[in-house]
Amino acid sequence: MVEVRNISKKYGNKMVVEDVSLKITKGKITSFIGPNGAGKSTLLSIVSRLIARETGEVLIDGQEIGKWKSNDLAKKISILKQSNHINLRLTVKELVSFGRFPYSQGRLTKEDKKHIEEAIDYMELTEMQDKFLDQLSGGQKQRAYIAMVIAQNTEYILLDEPLNNLDMKHSVQIMKVLRRLCDELGKTVVIVLHDINFASSYSDYIVALKDGKVVKEGSTESIINSPTLKEVYGMDIQIEEFNCKKVCIFYS
Amino acid sequence: MSNKLKIISLSLLAILLVLAFLFIDLGSNWDYVLPRRGKKIFAIVLTGAVIAFSTVIFQTVTNNRILTPSIIGLDSLYLLIQTFLIFVLGSTSLTVMNKNVNFMISVLLMVIFAGVLYRLLFKREGNNIYFLLLVGIIFGTFFGSISTFLQVLIDPNEFQIVQDRMFASFNNVNTDVLMIATGTVILATIYSFQFLKYLDVLALGKEQAINLGVDYDYIVKRLLVVIAILVSVSTALVGPITFLGLLVANVAYQFLKTYKHSLLITGSILISIVALVGGQLIVERVFTFSTTLSVIVNFVGGLYFIFLLLKESKSW
Repeated sequence: MVEVRNISKKYGNKMVVEDVSLKITKGKITSFIGPNGAGKSTLLSIVSRLIARETGEVLIDGQEIGKWKSNDLAKKISILKQSNHINLRLTVKELVSFGRFPYSQGRLTKEDKKHIEEAIDYMELTEMQDKFLDQLSGGQKQRAYIAMVIAQNTEYILLDEPLNNLDMKHSVQIMKVLRRLCDELGKTVVIVLHDINFASSYSDYIVALKDGKVVKEGSTESIINSPTLKEVYGMDIQIEEFNCKKVCIFYS
Repeated sequence: MSNKLKIISLSLLAILLVLAFLFIDLGSNWDYVLPRRGKKIFAIVLTGAVIAFSTVIFQTVTNNRILTPSIIGLDSLYLLIQTFLIFVLGSTSLTVMNKNVNFMISVLLMVIFAGVLYRLLFKREGNNIYFLLLVGIIFGTFFGSISTFLQVLIDPNEFQIVQDRMFASFNNVNTDVLMIATGTVILATIYSFQFLKYLDVLALGKEQAINLGVDYDYIVKRLLVVIAILVSVSTALVGPITFLGLLVANVAYQFLKTYKHSLLITGSILISIVALVGGQLIVERVFTFSTTLSVIVNFVGGLYFIFLLLKESKSW
């Protein structure tokens, strides 16, 4: 289990994350939602040790992240940031192979190769596995990065706005894959989302953040309602039920 | 052509050039000429390898293909040390003073400088590597300005000696120094071996590297120390020549078209040896010592650098 206790982070004098405490449920999809600048991405980066926190602690399976060996932690938790600029010219397969680094330190074993193949297969990238990343469209690229995370085969998968710049088709495709990762393979997925309808349709739990603080957390049911969303986003959002899914209508 | 074949042909070319360098125009005084040439070629190969190795690592750590380790100011510090010695002790001191002493002083001061720079910058958390580079540039300019100031003040005859030091030269390498240098280089390289497997991942960038379980700060710090030691040794041995690194590293990237550092490092070392030995052959046989190798390297390197910048501005 991932547990966050009293995390705070300042950029200069501005508090971006203020005294946040959370527990992330195992085997479920948890979405972080909130307006721009709410501290969602920062929180995710802190949990995944990409940036240092000022105060508080992050416990993964009961152990503080600073006490984990870096390599062991990489087998436990993985993160995919929203912008991935890689200077290298890599093929899809080479990128996915990097996901096995924590296990093999660069020397791929038979088992690594199996995992790589499965990950590529899982993301339906088999036909383009030998293409270079710069030849792919945004959606395909994003799938390749997710395949790398799958090959890393961690219990916890953190994704920072994976739907950024993707059209509806690809967004749905990726959310479905995450759902499958969670339901079939028992992974715990934490995801930062901007589109609350995606959060509403695909996640089990939602954490709503605003100005670096948790406004409310709970099951999707308990968050997707007009008063809570008004508190988070500061606008009137109408909720309609459609095919047992709650849909937020925010075009006024 | 597969990469293996490329490496093999590069190795052959390097060996061929080394042999040519050793045996062209040998004459009859074998026992005099061969050891002299052997020493020289050894210094060339050592410097070439060290420069290529440290530049590839430096570019991977900084994620930037148009930087060389000289950016942290080691070259300028070397020139400052040389200028200062001549300024204070006079040019005669260089001939009087044991060459070992000069070498040791230069290496020690450069390593200490790099150490202090790293210490100061890594002490505070959150300082990133680009900050280190910026401070390095400022120090480099600072050292350069002081050197120029001292050079203006000294006797023109003494200045000529300084000027001689400003360009790398393989024409008078001291054997004793060479042995110390070789020892240091071997030790530093052996120490760095344990980190080499992380280079491929470091090339993906800091965040990906951390995600994949690389202890980023720990490894980058140690690699930077290794780079500082290697660059200091090679600079003190033959003079400032890190520009060569930029040239050979990029030629290696283009030639091998891979991200695997095992290949890139081997390839760039070989290319570096080919360039240096070939260049020195041209200096000795074509120009008959009327120019130095580093002038040629800087000329070719400069052209290539402009080409790189132009190409980089278009997307690739």
